[in-house]
Amino acid sequence: MRAIDRKLLRDFKRLWIQAAAIAIVMACGVAILLTSVGMYNALSETRAAYYERNRFAEVFVHARRAPQSILSEVAAIDGVLQIEARITGYAVLDIPGRIESGMGHIISLPEYGDPLLNQPLLYSGRFPDPSSRDEILVNVPFAEANNLSQGSTVSATLNGRKRELTIVGTALSPEFIYTIGPGSLMPDNETFGVLWMPHVATAAAFDMTGAFNDLSLVLTHNARTEPVIDALDDLLEPFGGLGAHDRSRQISEAFLDAELSQLKGMAMVVPPIFFAIAAFLVSMVMGRIIALERSEIGLLKAVGYSNVEVCLHYLMLAVLIGAAGVVVGWVAGFALARTTALQYAKFFDFPYVIFQVSYWIYAAAALAGLLTTSLGAARSALKAANLDPAIAMQPPAPPRFKRTIIDRIIDGMRLSQPTIMIFRSLLRWPVRSAMTSLGLAFSVATVIATSYITDAMDEIVDVAFYLSNRQDAMVLFSEDVPESAVEDVLDLPGVLVAEGQQFHAAILRNGHLEKHVSIEARHPDADLSRVVDADKRVLTAPPGGVLLATRLAEQIDAQVGDVIEAEFLTGKRETFDLTVVGLTTQHIGLGAYMDQDYLNRLFRQEPRVSTVNIEIDENRLPELHRAIKDTPEISGLIEMNDNRRSFEETIDQNVSVMNGIYIVVAILITIGVAYNGARIQLSERSRELASLRILGFGRGEVSYILVGETMFLAVLAQPAGWLIGTWIASAMTSGFTSDLYAIPLVLTPRSFALGSLVVLIAAFASAMVVRRRLDRLNLVEVMKTRE
Amino acid sequence: MSAVDHTTSEQHGTSAPEGPDTPEVVFRTLGVTKVYDTGEVQVHALAGVDLTLFSGELTVLLGPSGSGKSTLLNILGGLDHVTNGRVWFGDTELTDLSDRGLTRYRRDHVGFVFQFYNLVPSLTARENVQLVTDIAPDPMPAHEALELVGLGHRMDHFPSEMSGGEQQRVAIARAIAKRPRILLCDEPTGALDSSTGVQVLEALRQINERFGTTTVVITHNAEIQRMAHRVIFFQDGQISETRVNETRIAPSEIVW
Repeated sequence: MRAIDRKLLRDFKRLWIQAAAIAIVMACGVAILLTSVGMYNALSETRAAYYERNRFAEVFVHARRAPQSILSEVAAIDGVLQIEARITGYAVLDIPGRIESGMGHIISLPEYGDPLLNQPLLYSGRFPDPSSRDEILVNVPFAEANNLSQGSTVSATLNGRKRELTIVGTALSPEFIYTIGPGSLMPDNETFGVLWMPHVATAAAFDMTGAFNDLSLVLTHNARTEPVIDALDDLLEPFGGLGAHDRSRQISEAFLDAELSQLKGMAMVVPPIFFAIAAFLVSMVMGRIIALERSEIGLLKAVGYSNVEVCLHYLMLAVLIGAAGVVVGWVAGFALARTTALQYAKFFDFPYVIFQVSYWIYAAAALAGLLTTSLGAARSALKAANLDPAIAMQPPAPPRFKRTIIDRIIDGMRLSQPTIMIFRSLLRWPVRSAMTSLGLAFSVATVIATSYITDAMDEIVDVAFYLSNRQDAMVLFSEDVPESAVEDVLDLPGVLVAEGQQFHAAILRNGHLEKHVSIEARHPDADLSRVVDADKRVLTAPPGGVLLATRLAEQIDAQVGDVIEAEFLTGKRETFDLTVVGLTTQHIGLGAYMDQDYLNRLFRQEPRVSTVNIEIDENRLPELHRAIKDTPEISGLIEMNDNRRSFEETIDQNVSVMNGIYIVVAILITIGVAYNGARIQLSERSRELASLRILGFGRGEVSYILVGETMFLAVLAQPAGWLIGTWIASAMTSGFTSDLYAIPLVLTPRSFALGSLVVLIAAFASAMVVRRRLDRLNLVEVMKTRE
Repeated sequence: MSAVDHTTSEQHGTSAPEGPDTPEVVFRTLGVTKVYDTGEVQVHALAGVDLTLFSGELTVLLGPSGSGKSTLLNILGGLDHVTNGRVWFGDTELTDLSDRGLTRYRRDHVGFVFQFYNLVPSLTARENVQLVTDIAPDPMPAHEALELVGLGHRMDHFPSEMSGGEQQRVAIARAIAKRPRILLCDEPTGALDSSTGVQVLEALRQINERFGTTTVVITHNAEIQRMAHRVIFFQDGQISETRVNETRIAPSEIVW
């Protein structure tokens, strides 16, 4: 090994704490890059493989009841490769060992052979015998959550008739990677299950012999989706078609896709911030090393090392630091990606995860890391290369301090000498001071930007569950029923209040823009389920129009007063012109609201309801569940309390894990910045501080200068950190917005305080660690050395 | 203008070599000036220096601080550029060389010894020498160079573990390890006490005699001139006097 390389390694060893502080920041960037890109690839590759192997359909449509005879016409649509007609419906489930009723999504299996599309992947047991009337296959998460296995029975109320069903197998399906029941916000596998039944039995149960109500299609390779969807809608129009759609509106796929784009966004935004901080730290440390090694640089040149060799020598030091960061980042990223993968496995029901972070991602992360540190060191290394050897051999000129207007201000403030020293040094290196402060500000921002999610989620829960949907449960019917059903529900045991509500699938059009939505209609005096806007005001949809969620209005470019077209896909399936009578900001879904009486008048129908919202006497809950399980007309009961519980649990788990990770990250950044800053300060000032000690200053007084400067910069970083945090949070808010939900920008003093506290404590601790070196300073030695 | 011919004790031909015994010219400078522009004032470090140095000679440059000795040494060593004038190393004109050419020149021909040793603290004595042997075209082994200066037993010690005299001898070993044609020493004993200084001077004399290395030593210490072949006095950026020693004394006889 060449002597100059040995010097490199020794320098690296000597600087290891500083190098580690930088390497860890770099490692964070690499780890997050690997995790987000790795997870993104794992999820999208798994999804692609799963969809391909299990023939996930490309176009979906639901109808009320369509005769099988039209299937040949569907198959004849240009571009259609394969079709599969099914019968689907909902059923109230009586699960053994549970008081609450559950809800089942029933799907028919083909009469002959295996399913062509959306094939369930058998996990245990077998498929039901096509001729059996009571055998079912259930989805794995439901079976596991309820301890159901082969041979267990579940009783289900199918279209008003209660039946005992026997589980003969469990399966997973590409249609239910994100298994969420109707009206729910989060998967709840205890109360929602998917049940596959033989075709004959399903047809008999839902009175669908010779008919179907659900159609899936796969298109030929080059086919365009739009014309097929249009042709399908025309064909199914007479049979209550609810509008065909591609995968983007398939609910499981929509959630999965939203998650994937979040991961992608994270991969693009977060790592560059870490890389930038690492580059800054490298440039700060390298700048100081070059200043300290001035005479060594002169010597290297004097003995004949070329400018390029000297430049490379210092660049290599930065590369070593970067390499250490990259290796730690690789390991951490691999572990973190696996942990995240497990976390995702709880959310998404994949039969397998193709977790394989390809080598090129490792290579790209390494390249990005090394390039960043080299870039950070470039200026200093070039400076070293350009240093004139004759000048380098002489001690550097003392830094120039000039009197400026600020000095006059400082004078006016009658500060102590040590305090003046702090200010002078900050002003002498304004860029470095500003960058140090900015680095600390990013730490503050990191905490704020993650901690705000907690508050945002609290806000969503608060608005969605405690202000908007205050009902204890929703009673579902297999189809709309006369409003008198509300009275019947009120007669059920334990029901204190009952209010009816209508839901209609509809297409809203404004010019060329259109959107599939669900229109909710309720009475203005409804108290259990209300429309609440972002300011927590209760709104009622006035008669004579439709009230739209702001995000929906934006998508179809509608303003208050505009007349839009509403094509109802349920009820009488008529098209009306509706005036937009108001807008409301909402967090979840794309809501459209109407006055129920106005809707009934439009439809020229007797008052009807789709669901009944109820308030329950908790003590009589078991009685109510028993009654519901035995009430044939009711197709399901959604318990909002279950919903709240599962939503809050899931959010709590994920958010606290994320918060924990990012607080650690913020601490690491702070240590990286504050420790290095203080070390450099100590190195530059050791003579000065030693002189003060010789002059009779105590250790505390001298430490004050060192710690004071760090803390002054840390305090200065707070407002900037709050601003950057707010900016990142609002960028995340708009980044996370999808049709499914919008995260509100809720910034509480708690987040700001947490961010500031974490960073101030970490900065203080870092400075105190450096302070200990001050105690070990050999006063005589320091004064004797040159420079 | 010319200072080279200011010989007081004995006339010594410098303008042209005479006869077969006349040693080979190593350095020749013509009207060299060096002006440092500090913005407010111009400092004339060298104000027209004409000088010839011969192969195998040990020359001592004497003069007060700021008289231009170090500036000249840096220029001869290819560390600094002249403002005006010309400098030759043998047949090569140094003032014509690019930065790359000067680097190559230093790497191949010049050894430096500095007042503050300028050892790399993170490298051992042997490694400090290797810093040079790694890149020189025909170096001697590092241990041999260290043995030459009497440090064969201290090879694996770090600079912080050595005395000042030892450190300076490592610096000399490092300078000679490349078998340089010229050895330039700027105040090599400036930071040392008398007895360690003598050890260092002894090492320099040995190298000069054994390898015939042309050696230039800058010093404040007038006693040291007595070990030189030739002594050049500097005053205000010019050569005020050149003296050739008829008899030289051994470093061990020098006291200060």
